[in-house]
Amino acid sequence: MTPSGARPLDPGSWIGLPMLWALGGTILLAVPLRVFGLQLPEPVIPLALVFAWAVIRPSVLAPFAVLLMGLFLDVFWGSPLGLWALSMLVAYGATLSARNFMVGQSGAVLWGWYGAMCALTLGAGTVFTLMQIDAAPAFRPLAWQWFWTVLLYPLAHRLIDRFEDADVRFR
Amino acid sequence: MSLRDSTFGELKVPLTWMATVAVVIASIVALALLMNDRRGDISAGAYNVTREVGDKVAAPVGGVLSTPLRWIGDGVDAVRGYFFAVSENRRLKAELAEMRQWRDLAAALRDTNERYKSLLGLQTDPPIPMVAARVVLDARGPFSQARLANAGKEKGVQPGHPVMSETGLVGRVVGVTEGASRILMLTDPASRMPVMIDRTNARAILTGDAGPNPRLEYLRGQDPVKEGDRVVTSGDGGMLPRGLPVGVAVKGLDGKWRVALASDAAPIDYVRILLFQDFQQLVNMQELNKMAPPPMVGGPATAPAAGQTGAAAAASAAPATVTLRQAPAAPTASAPAPPSPAPPSPAPPRPAATVQPRVETPAAAQPTPAPTPAPATPPATSPSPPEAGAAQ
Repeated sequence: MTPSGARPLDPGSWIGLPMLWALGGTILLAVPLRVFGLQLPEPVIPLALVFAWAVIRPSVLAPFAVLLMGLFLDVFWGSPLGLWALSMLVAYGATLSARNFMVGQSGAVLWGWYGAMCALTLGAGTVFTLMQIDAAPAFRPLAWQWFWTVLLYPLAHRLIDRFEDADVRFR
Repeated sequence: MSLRDSTFGELKVPLTWMATVAVVIASIVALALLMNDRRGDISAGAYNVTREVGDKVAAPVGGVLSTPLRWIGDGVDAVRGYFFAVSENRRLKAELAEMRQWRDLAAALRDTNERYKSLLGLQTDPPIPMVAARVVLDARGPFSQARLANAGKEKGVQPGHPVMSETGLVGRVVGVTEGASRILMLTDPASRMPVMIDRTNARAILTGDAGPNPRLEYLRGQDPVKEGDRVVTSGDGGMLPRGLPVGVAVKGLDGKWRVALASDAAPIDYVRILLFQDFQQLVNMQELNKMAPPPMVGGPATAPAAGQTGAAAAASAAPATVTLRQAPAAPTASAPAPPSPAPPSPAPPRPAATVQPRVETPAAAQPTPAPTPAPATPPATSPSPPEAGAAQ
């Protein structure tokens, strides 16, 4: 492999733009719409990016992008400042460390890993909430948010498909 | 020649290490922020500048986004109303017939109530001013259940103000900025609200857990609650007015008592923020907590005569303070004993139906100049201030 094969990824295309899309989707789903007594779901869209970024390749910028997205969620949703940021960074770190097991796997297997990563994020959030206010959220809202977030895997898969071969050093 | 073009460009270890270091640094930043956060705290400074700016920006964005979606929702409701008009009409007729009976009963009770208040000289709470606001953003996740309303400091909204929908209590304000207020819902895991069972007056703390039905905790007494009991705010702690409708008690699948919230009956799109000033906000706490100096005894001008009791001496030396104090028993010794501050007189027992936990001013307990004989025991003139953090 020649050094010319290691083409750098453009941070704007694999980090910046998807981040804006994810935050835009989050804002859109926060609109208080209630039809036939049902509310809009509230998936954690940035988690799809967290998973995809960790699978595509290690990056110095990605953790800070995860931090920014988490802080945005905290401010926007009114949760404790740092809760989502720390929970997602825990998931990002775990995915990054298990990356060698994931690269090259089929979409279904990666979907399973993604579901585990979502569960880890929500579990970490539960632990931090328990430590901060001495009370944990009920299981049902946690499972509900996990379900809607897991359904977003196609977004992560699309990002992985597009960028995982962009840097041959980490194939 | 750049590093990437050199032979070191093939190495991936440094980047992995750098990525790990970046994760650690970002995690430390997030952890520091999380440890400094004071969630549910309504004291000054708890709602930091970042959140204020965020809410200020998010409120107009949410307002713009929610407008067309609200139209869609209204349209769907209109279609549904068209198709279900007959059943709705039937239901409303039955409800109206029932409400007529309640109206007559309420009118009779109001009359009786007014007479009792007049007889007892009770000072009722003044009317609470309100601000109407529209909910523009909504968080429904497991870690936060909050809403952003488009009324803020400019309308006099302050942290701690209770928020109601058209059907019941929704939550309270935890953060305010220009043009926006953050409402912590009753279902938020950090929400703690002092409530009582309307039928038994049993107190409880309504504790959110992100589910639709918050728990009733710290219930005391034997069978304090039954299925379908009405739950209202107790007003304990002075943070909320007493008697705001919260919901009805239901038994959860886990065997715990929960509350089916009254505000769930309709969409929470418009809310009323009650500009409620509690006792602690109205009074000057420093002035209230200032201890009166003990009465002077033995001074040249007010020296008691031989044989005069200490209580009498205290009464002559400081006549302004003895109105709040109870005279101690007469000492047996002839020498004047050093007067110690006497304990405040105990409040007379009050009937449960007329308990007023919150007293706006000391004048509230003063009897009205009604032609009724003065009570044998004086009413309490120094009510203890309510606890500050009960609702936090």
